[in-house]
Amino acid sequence: MEFALLLIGNGVLIGLMYSLIALGFVLVYKATDAINFAQGEFVMLAALISAAVIVMAELPFWVAVIVALAGMIAFSFGLERIVLRPLLGRPIVAVIMATIGLAAILRGAGPFIFGVETKSFSLPVGDEPIFLGPFILQPVQVTGAVVSILFLAAFSWFFLKSRMGIAMRAVADNQQVASAMGINVERYFALAWAMAGIVSALGGIVWGSMLGVDVHVSLVGLKVFPVVILGGLDSVIGAVVGGLIVGIVENLAAGYLDPLVGGGTKDFAPYVLMIIALMVRPYGIFGKRKIERV
Amino acid sequence: MSAAETLAERGRAAPILTVEGVSKKFGGVTAVHDVSLDVPAGAIVSVIGPNGAGKTSLLNMVSGFYRPDTGRIALEGHDITSLRPSQVAARGIARTFQNIALFSGLTVLDNLMLGRHVHMQTGVLASALYWGPALREEVAHRERCEEIIDFLKLQDLRKQQTGALSYGLRKRVELGRALALEPKVLLLDEPMGGMNQDEKEDMARYVLDANLERKITVVLIEHDMGVVMDISDHVVVLDRGRRIGAGTPEEVQRNPDVIQAYLGTSRGGAQA
Repeated sequence: MEFALLLIGNGVLIGLMYSLIALGFVLVYKATDAINFAQGEFVMLAALISAAVIVMAELPFWVAVIVALAGMIAFSFGLERIVLRPLLGRPIVAVIMATIGLAAILRGAGPFIFGVETKSFSLPVGDEPIFLGPFILQPVQVTGAVVSILFLAAFSWFFLKSRMGIAMRAVADNQQVASAMGINVERYFALAWAMAGIVSALGGIVWGSMLGVDVHVSLVGLKVFPVVILGGLDSVIGAVVGGLIVGIVENLAAGYLDPLVGGGTKDFAPYVLMIIALMVRPYGIFGKRKIERV
Repeated sequence: MSAAETLAERGRAAPILTVEGVSKKFGGVTAVHDVSLDVPAGAIVSVIGPNGAGKTSLLNMVSGFYRPDTGRIALEGHDITSLRPSQVAARGIARTFQNIALFSGLTVLDNLMLGRHVHMQTGVLASALYWGPALREEVAHRERCEEIIDFLKLQDLRKQQTGALSYGLRKRVELGRALALEPKVLLLDEPMGGMNQDEKEDMARYVLDANLERKITVVLIEHDMGVVMDISDHVVVLDRGRRIGAGTPEEVQRNPDVIQAYLGTSRGGAQA
């Protein structure tokens, strides 16, 4: 039992990180209907930028946070303006292919620019594990979880209560009608991408400090899909719940199944869940059920 | 009172919206051909015509969704032909849609508040940072929305998600959202389509009240001839993209071209 709790506690912390990274995907999908297959690479890019500031330029940690945030906002803003806006109105496949291409480019260009060796840096939070009842918590994971909770709460507030968030939901619901209300739809598209950039920057810093920074950081992008399919593609709360489920399932699989079969179940267990979810509840736990009129 | 008197009175008003010789082709199909239209300030002008006559295309050009191939559209003398929909809305033209186009995941109040979008002054960051002014502004906008809620008798539905409302109510909320924009000109695309007789009468009443009390000029597309002839000051008839008649409801009903377009030449027979 204690072992299970340990695994679950760990899964919750990691799961919240997945939630935050998946939120980048959800924000973009919600506002612009675009599916961003490069979310993992966004996180990798942010981690590379942070590592460059801390390891290569030897600047303090807070500088890295600012540079990563500014860099990712500028990057996603520019991406929206230069690559994605011209694709507006094209079939959704065009945007998907563009982001898949972008992912490949980033995976190649990242190491090309920043070097292939793994760079490590750590968050300024110490590394003494925290013992809390049955749980043993790593400070870096706790920090990641706290950052995730703060931003997930902020984005929930934004969409539910703020004027801009409500306007963004209107844009997501129907772009034409939103524009007839005087809403500048393109500005909200840019805002959604910028928010995805912010989320990626935070994810990149925390995730990069946990794993060490190289091209493999982008693999976290693979966790995004089970998270958003389970939670619902367009739901902030869904990203939270989906992230928690994936984090916990992954850890339980690693703890109980991996010893039996020699490892590897951790990586595919979330996908098994995802496929089951697609069969029984394709719009996710909190996703909007689209009713098509025939 | 007769509609003719009202028109005589209103005919003297300068046109608030002018459409001059607009045309629009889609591929080889001419949706609208050389249509002109003057909408006097304060009037209710209806655009009628058989299905496919180009009524909605005309409305889409006025509201900026289509750019005319030729011609010019002006609001209060200012050219708006090439403005985008959001800019047209900001100039004071609101519209509703043929198929209800409410934001279904949002409440009635949120939908109305979105109608206030063009009047919201505090900008992107300011609304998040300057609590004082932004909050005062929010309250002011909320008050305008409450007026509309009272006007349209939506008091009990403020917090309801619009997706759950009945068809007639959703149409009414959509009118409310357009009114929340406080437009100079209101474009209504079949506001009574699919409604029963009671709902139609309610809607006609609201449109008339908006026109009289709120001094909003109305351009109406509607298939129900009874309603059109009752509430319009001026009627424009389109057929296959061309303007085939215009005048007071009485004049239009006597116009042989109009009768022919509606009833057909050879078959005859009675039709509304």
